[in-house]
Amino acid sequence: MTSYIIRRLWQMVPTLLGVILLVFILFNWVGGDPAYVLAGKMSNPEQIANIRRQLGVDQPFYIQLWIFIKQIVTFDFGSSWSTGETVSHVLATRIGPSMTVLIPLTILETLLAVALALGVAFVRGSRLDRAVMVACTVGMSISILVYIIVFQYWFAYKLGLFPVQGWGDSVLENLFRYSLLPILIGLAVSVAPSLRLFRTFILDEVNQDYVRTARAKGVSERRILWVHVLRNAAIPIITFVMSNLPALLIGAFLIERFFSIPGIGREVILAVERSDFPVIKAITVYVAAATMLFNLLTDLLYQAVDPRVQLK
Amino acid sequence: MANTVLEAASRTSPGLWALAWRRLRADHVAMLALGVVVLYLLMLVASASGFLASDWENEVGVNYAPPTFVGAQSAAERGVLGNDTVATTPPPENPLDPLRDVLRELRAAPSVAQPPIINDYGIADPLQKEMDEIRATLAGKGAAVAAVRRETLPFGADKWGHDIVRKTIKGAETSIVVGLTAALLATFLGTIFGAVAGYFGGRTDDIFNWFYSIFTSVPYLLLILAVAAVLQQKGVLTIVLILGLTGWTGTFRLIRAEYLKHKNREYVWAADAIGASHLRKMFSHIFPNVSHVALVQVSILVVGFIKSEVILSFLGFGVPVGTVSWGSMLNEAQNELILGKWWQLAAASIAMAVLVTAFSLFTDALRDALDPKLK
Repeated sequence: MTSYIIRRLWQMVPTLLGVILLVFILFNWVGGDPAYVLAGKMSNPEQIANIRRQLGVDQPFYIQLWIFIKQIVTFDFGSSWSTGETVSHVLATRIGPSMTVLIPLTILETLLAVALALGVAFVRGSRLDRAVMVACTVGMSISILVYIIVFQYWFAYKLGLFPVQGWGDSVLENLFRYSLLPILIGLAVSVAPSLRLFRTFILDEVNQDYVRTARAKGVSERRILWVHVLRNAAIPIITFVMSNLPALLIGAFLIERFFSIPGIGREVILAVERSDFPVIKAITVYVAAATMLFNLLTDLLYQAVDPRVQLK
Repeated sequence: MANTVLEAASRTSPGLWALAWRRLRADHVAMLALGVVVLYLLMLVASASGFLASDWENEVGVNYAPPTFVGAQSAAERGVLGNDTVATTPPPENPLDPLRDVLRELRAAPSVAQPPIINDYGIADPLQKEMDEIRATLAGKGAAVAAVRRETLPFGADKWGHDIVRKTIKGAETSIVVGLTAALLATFLGTIFGAVAGYFGGRTDDIFNWFYSIFTSVPYLLLILAVAAVLQQKGVLTIVLILGLTGWTGTFRLIRAEYLKHKNREYVWAADAIGASHLRKMFSHIFPNVSHVALVQVSILVVGFIKSEVILSFLGFGVPVGTVSWGSMLNEAQNELILGKWWQLAAASIAMAVLVTAFSLFTDALRDALDPKLK
């Protein structure tokens, strides 16, 4: 087990180096000279030269790359170009609000989608099944923007059921006051695709021999689905949910932006708008690292769910 | 088409495409979806060639003219929302306001005709000439259009009085062109990379897999936003490049798996025996046998890219100012909704939802028809 984890971590090194290289090339060569971005519109050659010296842009590229790697390893990206806040502080303070929305959202979404998928699989092939699938396709084709705009307008602005936007200082207030509508919208957007996907996972299992055996020995259809099938369909479902988590952190940026939730996603948008390269670079590299770690965690979870899985 | 298929069937056994087409035709939902998609494409061609909606920028209605089926807005409603009745009288002075003296001075200031002093720090406006030209052409245009502005339009008007129907058609053109071109680019890259990696294997495969793992470890949207931050220039070409260069990973994985499977089949050995070059084996022998995978990928990507384009344009990283797309329409509609002007939002979302639904249904049917084993 330990040797497996160490080997997997070791295999991450070249990929992570690749991500670092990609980000480095993107921001240092494709993006042009950052000194011009930083100096603003009215600048003179001395200022530019000064900023270049501070950023180390006048050094040869391998030294710049080395500086970048040192920054990543020491969690010290210096300070944001637009606000002067240190990047590590930006990341540390933005992760909490994101999690306040994302953790309940992920749990609710998974439970709801699994329950609905099992329900739909129970009546597979029927008219209800087809109707639900068509409804899902239609629901998925409406842009997430429309959901956010309409829900915010209707439930918060018109009916006044939720605050239109805002964020407080206490976790409980944030969770039970400000996060409710964002979570509701997140559910409306994400249950349909998850439901469709989980249904195919479950239908893959329904025709297996063990289901026939269970039926033959007289197990009720309900028990077959909820106990026998669900246990086997859990592996692809876990993969999907786990591997989606880091992407969700970014994917929720629209919700965070509309509801002024000071999370990671909103920070990315702000950073892109302000050309705040250190923040984007830091978030990209760390989210990539998180994705790889979550993939490893998923593989470890497999073994807990399915004793047949052998980690090699 | 159907006749030729049947004739061909009587002589030789039908090929993959003929079989797929037959399966597809039996599926009524798929044919309906295909019909809708073809309609959108025809609309796109008509709009791109200038037959349709080329005059969307004409301000044909009053500001926020409502749809005809809603009826003209009352004068009071328009008075509140129109720009013509902006309050000119200042609010009564607040005796408790510590800034009231300053405010009074400020209010008095505009009445004194005094040319504003602009310090341009000795820099001449580099756009002076262009701005003058633009103003001149605008003045010419304005005089021509001034005419009558209608109270209602078939589906209403936006802030400037543009006809929403024409605007939506023009927006569809941008969104679909971006989606299609980017999907073709991404599939092209994914196919080439996948073919090379799968066919040659070994070191080459390792390098491409390394590449793949890099691109998949960064969440797709974050990658897009990072590229958008770096490029700093808006434009249809930029957004196509962003989406195309970041979206090839899914196609790569599938095509690579197909090439791994096919390269050891007997027909490829036979081609090898008669001395076909690597390039020839890869693209004229193997590719026709895996092209259906690429086709399904194109249509899956089109849907995804149309959605991504809408989000990017909404955020302002997509199409430039002056180009209309569904995303930029939604961006305007967001503020209009608070004023109760729902029609632009409805038009853009319905147009997009219909196309994306039809395209997804067609894609599902296409995948089932081309690969009956997958179900």
